[in-house]
Amino acid sequence: MSETQAFVPPGSVSADAVGSQSAVAVTTVADREPQIGAPLLEVTDLVTHYPLRRGLIDTAARRPRLRVHAVDGVSFRLDRGEMMALVGESGCGKTSTVQTILGMVKPTSGAVRLNGTDIAGMADRQMRPLRRTVQMIYQDPYESLDPRFRVRQTVEEPMLVHGIGSSSADREQLAVSALEQAGLRPAELFLDRYPHELSGGQRQRVAIAAALVLGPQLLLADEPVSMLDVSVRAGVLSLLDSLRKDAEMGILMITHDLSTAAHFADKIAVMYLGRIVEQGTASEVVRNPQHPYTKALLSVVPKRDPRDRSAPQILTGETPDPILVPRGCRFNPRCPVAVDRCRTEDPALREPAPAAIGHLAACHLA
Amino acid sequence: MTSLLEVEDLHVWFELPRTGHQDRSQVHAVQGVNFELQPGERFGLVGESGCGKTTTVLALMGLLPPNASLAGQVRLDGKNILAGGEDTVRPYRWKDIAMVFQGAMNALNPVKKVGWQIAEPMAFHEVAEGKAALKRAGELLELVGIPARAARRYPHEFSGGMRQRASIAMALACEPKILLADEPTTALDVMVQAQILELLTRLSDELGLGVILVTHDLPVVAQVCERAAVMYAGEIAETGPMDSLYHRPQHPYTRLLFAATPDLYGEGDVTSIPGSPPRLDTELPGCPFRPRCDVPLEKCADVHPLLRWVGDEHLAACHRAEARADELAEAK
Repeated sequence: MSETQAFVPPGSVSADAVGSQSAVAVTTVADREPQIGAPLLEVTDLVTHYPLRRGLIDTAARRPRLRVHAVDGVSFRLDRGEMMALVGESGCGKTSTVQTILGMVKPTSGAVRLNGTDIAGMADRQMRPLRRTVQMIYQDPYESLDPRFRVRQTVEEPMLVHGIGSSSADREQLAVSALEQAGLRPAELFLDRYPHELSGGQRQRVAIAAALVLGPQLLLADEPVSMLDVSVRAGVLSLLDSLRKDAEMGILMITHDLSTAAHFADKIAVMYLGRIVEQGTASEVVRNPQHPYTKALLSVVPKRDPRDRSAPQILTGETPDPILVPRGCRFNPRCPVAVDRCRTEDPALREPAPAAIGHLAACHLA
Repeated sequence: MTSLLEVEDLHVWFELPRTGHQDRSQVHAVQGVNFELQPGERFGLVGESGCGKTTTVLALMGLLPPNASLAGQVRLDGKNILAGGEDTVRPYRWKDIAMVFQGAMNALNPVKKVGWQIAEPMAFHEVAEGKAALKRAGELLELVGIPARAARRYPHEFSGGMRQRASIAMALACEPKILLADEPTTALDVMVQAQILELLTRLSDELGLGVILVTHDLPVVAQVCERAAVMYAGEIAETGPMDSLYHRPQHPYTRLLFAATPDLYGEGDVTSIPGSPPRLDTELPGCPFRPRCDVPLEKCADVHPLLRWVGDEHLAACHRAEARADELAEAK
């Protein structure tokens, strides 16, 4: 396809490209017409447990099979044009949650509704057309791109998998507009490069373009900037921000960096041992935290201003073992304010009295 | 008074093998770096990757690869430890200057018990041997907040945070005066990061350990260090007390780095810095930061700015700060 066609002001190119692609998406999945008014993503009571292998002796002794409670009852909703950050320590179940939404892991129970359709546990064949709607961006663009693929191949491969584009010229044009939408302009300059010829930020943008080329409605981003240099992080995050605002995508971003979450996300959900312990709008969670775990996490975030050296409230140890989840509130062994009730009764996620509407916390004392 | 450590006009070059079409073969990775460190002081070295931070600290340890050559002085308690090249560093390495490497938690030997690994450098440097060394390894683990009995365990039995603590304990084995920490908390969780930073702060306060913290994470330096140097293209672009660097940055690079870092309660936009650090295999005319600078002057294209006083203990290499530097120079 000619270069003149590809060269249209970036904004209009991206809008058109997305529009036409999602139109295609709708026709291919016409049998599951999105329900009017259904949220883009609604996760209800999602549970993902991984059973552990028992050794010979344990089996012979009929000891119960142990399970990793990776995701243990997670519920939230995400609307179009919204960015939600999932924060928490390693091993708290952030990545498992995202993998379950993506269908890479089958949930033990619970529902994942995409435009009103429950996709949890759906057969692969049924799932396939829907995969285009949900795309994933991985943490490390040094690992996630094939070093022997040119940018062109990386971005065109998903189209081949999903049978998009009638000719290679057609696919090239779609690749060009996806690259430009991802901020690599002029895209022709990048098409024939290999990943080693790109900087970290450019690589991540290629990975994002490979996701955009399918016209997704939902992006799942697992620590999208933690491997990048400080100077380019803001650029990649602003790109995600503009996809959410201009292309109306929903973005679920995993991050351990609360400052980033506070700055770019609309909503924050704090996870601890497979559960969401607090969620609400980003500013509510950051400025008016209700759960002691959120308060501790916020207190250890280093501030830019050296004059602002508040005493961090350091919790001892690391996230406990998700195999043996503590009784009562799962945070009680590390909680600085735990009372007797916390050791016996598991608190529900609810709206605490002083908090704003939609701000939920799972704490007896909140 | 002599400082604990003085680095004067340090240069490092890397000789690169000739590749097909390229015959240019030298990278000037560190270009005349000066700084001092007092006992018990925490000093930060910050900047993007490829700015020469790690090369600078590796030079202090005499651990540069064989294709490196260096010039300048590194004085420890007034003695130039680099006088005879890398060989003269050996007696000081680990005994006086020790280092925690980037990703050190993955650098432990998986088939040796942690206690043995901490005791090994003690035997090598004749600080302690056998049972005494193992006993001390236990004490060092206690010092970094791990029970002494964990010395009998293998690295895989430790969590990431514990392994990082163990590698700090290993660096402290021969009671060094200076600890170089290269990105000690990257890849760790926020809570574990806070624990490690608290440990480094406590060690420098209690043992009078001079700490050089190398990181790209400005907020970490802001919280831990009293002073810092911002490195760009192998040079120090600006150095001074953290407070001045944040509240009165004189170099655009410092200002832009802070502006690229989101803050928990920060208002306003977070903006990235366009472009990337320059390659250091050719001499750069003018200011190395000019192509990425948001406020370049005409002279920046061909006059290289020098590091000049712009305030109390505060130096910057920027033509924009020149007027202020002139004023200060005249006042003196």
